[in-house]
Amino acid sequence: MPIHEKSLIRKENLVENENLIIDGVDVSGHWSTFITGRSLTDYNDDMQDEIAALPGGENIHRCWQCGSCTNACTVNAVNPEFNPRYWIYLIRLGMEEELLRDKDIIWQCVSCNKCTYACPRDVAPEGVMKATAHWLELKGHTPKSPSTEFDEEFSGQVIKTGKIEESRVIMNFFRRTEQPLAQPWLVALIKGLAFRFPVFYLMRMGMAVVRRPRTRNWAKSRRAINEYVQEVEAANRAAVGAKGGH
Amino acid sequence: MDGSNDLKKVAYYPGCALEGTGHAYNRSTKAVGKSLGLELVELENWNCCGAMEVKNVDPKIQTYLSARNLSIAEDMGFDKVMAPCNGCYHNLKKAEYDLANDPKSVEVNERISAKAGHDAYKPGKVETIHALDWIKKAVGEEELAKRVQNSLKGIKVANYYGCMYTRPRHIFPEKDKGPGSESTAKPHFMDDILAAAGAENVEFPLKTACCGGAHSLSDSDMSTKLVLNIIETAEACGAEVIATECPTCHTGLEMHQVRAEKVLGRKTNVKILYFTQLLGMALGLSASKVGVQENLSDSRAFLKEKGLG
Repeated sequence: MPIHEKSLIRKENLVENENLIIDGVDVSGHWSTFITGRSLTDYNDDMQDEIAALPGGENIHRCWQCGSCTNACTVNAVNPEFNPRYWIYLIRLGMEEELLRDKDIIWQCVSCNKCTYACPRDVAPEGVMKATAHWLELKGHTPKSPSTEFDEEFSGQVIKTGKIEESRVIMNFFRRTEQPLAQPWLVALIKGLAFRFPVFYLMRMGMAVVRRPRTRNWAKSRRAINEYVQEVEAANRAAVGAKGGH
Repeated sequence: MDGSNDLKKVAYYPGCALEGTGHAYNRSTKAVGKSLGLELVELENWNCCGAMEVKNVDPKIQTYLSARNLSIAEDMGFDKVMAPCNGCYHNLKKAEYDLANDPKSVEVNERISAKAGHDAYKPGKVETIHALDWIKKAVGEEELAKRVQNSLKGIKVANYYGCMYTRPRHIFPEKDKGPGSESTAKPHFMDDILAAAGAENVEFPLKTACCGGAHSLSDSDMSTKLVLNIIETAEACGAEVIATECPTCHTGLEMHQVRAEKVLGRKTNVKILYFTQLLGMALGLSASKVGVQENLSDSRAFLKEKGLG
């Protein structure tokens, strides 16, 4: 008889002896299946405070685990492993090792804010997801995610000129993440456009690259924002106990 | 929003997307305004609102970026600024909310503004409205219906609003106020406007679903799945057109419609048009006046078949 509950337990925590006789009774195979005992001793007491200190994470302590966030979640509907309620639970208990099992997908939050809309406790789970992804990077648990690369490229341009120019953001993003710009679908898209309106499009794209859009008299704003960015980056590093540059 | 008169002439914040991939939205919004006798005065020397990216570096930089734009509107003598892009609209609304409710945001905005050499914006001076608010409140369905020259009769439309027009709820204090106000759970302003222009709106359950626009390039597979779901659902609901009111959603739908075909082999036929393009053509404007040629996807044959543009 199969043990249906097996699917709820991680494989590595299930033990089964192929040949085992206990007190003269043959319990070989699935008759001897058991779950290895586990006791957690490695709670990270600082994890919640560190994440709460990063932008977006401030209200994590308010969560009472109703699960409205996960129920509303756009990404969860595509990938059930993406579970904001569960991650908030792990963070609040300090179960770092468990959280790290999902470290490579937490950044995938699309900021649709359905969780924040549904949350009855104003936790703002969207912010908590961003803070957690940020924490994972600051702690060195994950490299910069493609999303962080995009955010930095985009924000860098805004801070520099006051505006962005989309084709420049796209090109620089592909360069940063070492992806070829000639994605088949992107090529198909551009070919379609160029075929329909060659002169108009090429001229406009060309103009945008040569004459970069910018806000006039932006230098002081740029300096002021950069000073602020340095300040918050230092504060974020200090909050998670990370050293040096990111 | 009080009365329709002060909406006849409002400050206009197009934002970066409307100068790039979303130019068709810019063109059609201006053309519709002109055709309806409404005046838009572009904010002088505006800056980017920070879109969905800057907040991930730090949310208060975004507050400053949006606050600077709001002070420009104030300096130009306006108490209303119209932003057709959901991202811009959302961020201006969020800045307004944060400056009224979060002392730390006020402090950072004042500090950066002082160093940048301009007055810090104080909340309560300028109201941010969306292009949907603008057309619905300044003109209204009754007047729109009278002005329609080329009815959208028989065109089945799924109205798609996306995320940032309604979420998170708390930054939109004027919504969910009963009859006449916009609903955050089931928005209807675009439905109302296009119905007045004759369109047959289909019942569409994914009005405020997410297109994955924030990760359109950084997590393309996710975005393609989300967009495909939206498009296939619209088709299942009987829609021939998805009407959009956000350049990020619009471009996302167009891009990932192509990507779904190339990468997943799932071809779909629904057309993607800005609501201002549909409305403009209903008001008698040509397809080129509303920038149909600037869309990434090609809907010219469809429009011709429907006798539009």
